[in-house]
Amino acid sequence: MSAEASVAGPRRARRGAGAALGGVAARVLLWGYAAVALAPLVLMAVSSLRPEAELRADPLGLPTIPEFGNYARAWTEADFGGYFANSVFVTVTAVLLGTAVSVLAAYALGRYTFPGSGLLLIYLLAGLMIPIRLGIVPVFYLFDMLGLLDSLWGLVLVYAASGVPFGVFVLTAFFRQLPAGLAEAARIDGAGEFRLFGQIMLPLVRPALATVMLFQFIQLWNDFFFPLVLIRDQDRYTLPVGLTAFFTEYGLNQSLLYAGLVITTLPLVLLFLLATRQVVDGLTAGVNR
Amino acid sequence: MVRTDRLSPAGLRAGRAAPPPRRRPARRGGAGHRPPWWVLAVFVLPALALYTVFIVYPLFSALQYSLFGWQGTRQTGLVGLENFRHLFGGIYGERLWRAFGHNLAFFAGTMLVQTTLGLAFAVLLRRARAGRRFLQTAYVLPHLVSPIVVGYLWSLMLSPQFGAVNAVLRAVGLDALAQPWTGDPALALPTLILVNAWQWIGFPMLLFTAALAGLPPEYEEAARVDGASAWRAFWHVTLPLLVPAIGVVSVLTFVGNMNVLDLVYAMQGSQGAPGGSTDVLGLLFYRTAFNNPDPGAIGQASALAVVMFVFVFGISIAATSVLRRWEARLR
Repeated sequence: MSAEASVAGPRRARRGAGAALGGVAARVLLWGYAAVALAPLVLMAVSSLRPEAELRADPLGLPTIPEFGNYARAWTEADFGGYFANSVFVTVTAVLLGTAVSVLAAYALGRYTFPGSGLLLIYLLAGLMIPIRLGIVPVFYLFDMLGLLDSLWGLVLVYAASGVPFGVFVLTAFFRQLPAGLAEAARIDGAGEFRLFGQIMLPLVRPALATVMLFQFIQLWNDFFFPLVLIRDQDRYTLPVGLTAFFTEYGLNQSLLYAGLVITTLPLVLLFLLATRQVVDGLTAGVNR
Repeated sequence: MVRTDRLSPAGLRAGRAAPPPRRRPARRGGAGHRPPWWVLAVFVLPALALYTVFIVYPLFSALQYSLFGWQGTRQTGLVGLENFRHLFGGIYGERLWRAFGHNLAFFAGTMLVQTTLGLAFAVLLRRARAGRRFLQTAYVLPHLVSPIVVGYLWSLMLSPQFGAVNAVLRAVGLDALAQPWTGDPALALPTLILVNAWQWIGFPMLLFTAALAGLPPEYEEAARVDGASAWRAFWHVTLPLLVPAIGVVSVLTFVGNMNVLDLVYAMQGSQGAPGGSTDVLGLLFYRTAFNNPDPGAIGQASALAVVMFVFVFGISIAATSVLRRWEARLR
């Protein structure tokens, strides 16, 4: 603050109308683009509340009377309720499983050096840059063999595994930063390794756990490719594949489609607004390290 | 990665009093003695097993599959590079190169739009007082939405008769600009690229904001005091310091755009309509593997997976190591 004030004097003297104009231009650009970013999402929400006939007559209008019937029909008639339940089950289970195994591995790799630990870390982190979709054909036959094809548990396993590199990456760095004395003190008190981990270390990495879980949640909730290939039975579709099925069946019914899009998007928007910090931390975990 | 444990008070004290004891490499973060092997195994094995079975093993299997001949789901014997030859020859080769070109266009176009705007927004937001949080949230929201949702939303909005985009254009008297955006082979790809950039823009903005926050403001202020204009101070002082962040954005955009599938699938279908003008490698791979009457499909799809893997992974590794060197020079 004080540094800013000390240079502001001479600077302000030099720039005059030009800088003021620049400031206005910047504000126009910033708020103008905010409109571009938000308008489609607002249109989606507004249109989901309008009857089909109105949408066809004028794609831009506001709802005369908000019509929640679109949601009721999308939820039951178009099976969005079922897709939603599948998405919740798969995403939540996979996030919990993936984060649990990651935090265990990250603890050992972040706190201890043992023969092969460096190599192991590189092996796990390599997954950050691997396009895992390219392994889909062998995954398909592996699942066929294990009876996991067309099963939500199969999706849970691939998803949990796909979360390991990112989870280990963020959590290892976090475990390394914890102060040294903690472990010593706990040991003197007679705590074993598992108690040390569960009662002392785990509560301390809670912020990083939240970041990892939210980030995974967004990725998995939105994933389309794995269920497209691995799930055949429409009763087991998750929301993104359900949307494509719906689009081919009800393609001409825009109001229902808008309702379906909102149903798919709303949980993420709510999560983001409730936990902006953690989501942003997850998205930017790659820089400044 | 920063090893903060080196800076822990315990480490400093040890370093000052006497040379640190050599024989104790296990002391990281001062965790004391190393637990026995079986305890370490309990911690590490679940992640290792899950990752190896469902991520690494399939990728190696794909390599193995690609070297064999296939009759449906039955392996017929080693064929060497025959599957790879199929990829690059004849009509399939034409499709492959066309799709590859579209991926490159996706990458170049998305980079151009999102990096320029993302950087501009990050820099301008640094100064913005009112509404900073709101603006950042607005820019990031599209990035969180599923590409499938983005695809369907935009195809509804771009629909020639019922779409909002053309309705807006007509309302402001620009009827001539009201086009069949996704139906015209010449317009479809640029339209998709813009939609892709619309979705992604918040991501580079966030990365640049984080990188800018890590720069000491004194550098730029010193340049300003020396009489440099705001623009020159940015161009000569701040921008070079942002090169690592720009590099990270480039690598991540590259990986993302080389594997793009969802958005194109939602807007143009699995064939990359109209007439393959928006076909990309991801779609071609999907069709080769799961929508292919050829009995050798598995071998061909696996060969394509290997080629894409080597290309994407190879370039990302090379780019990352160049970046590391850049960063080392900056320090």
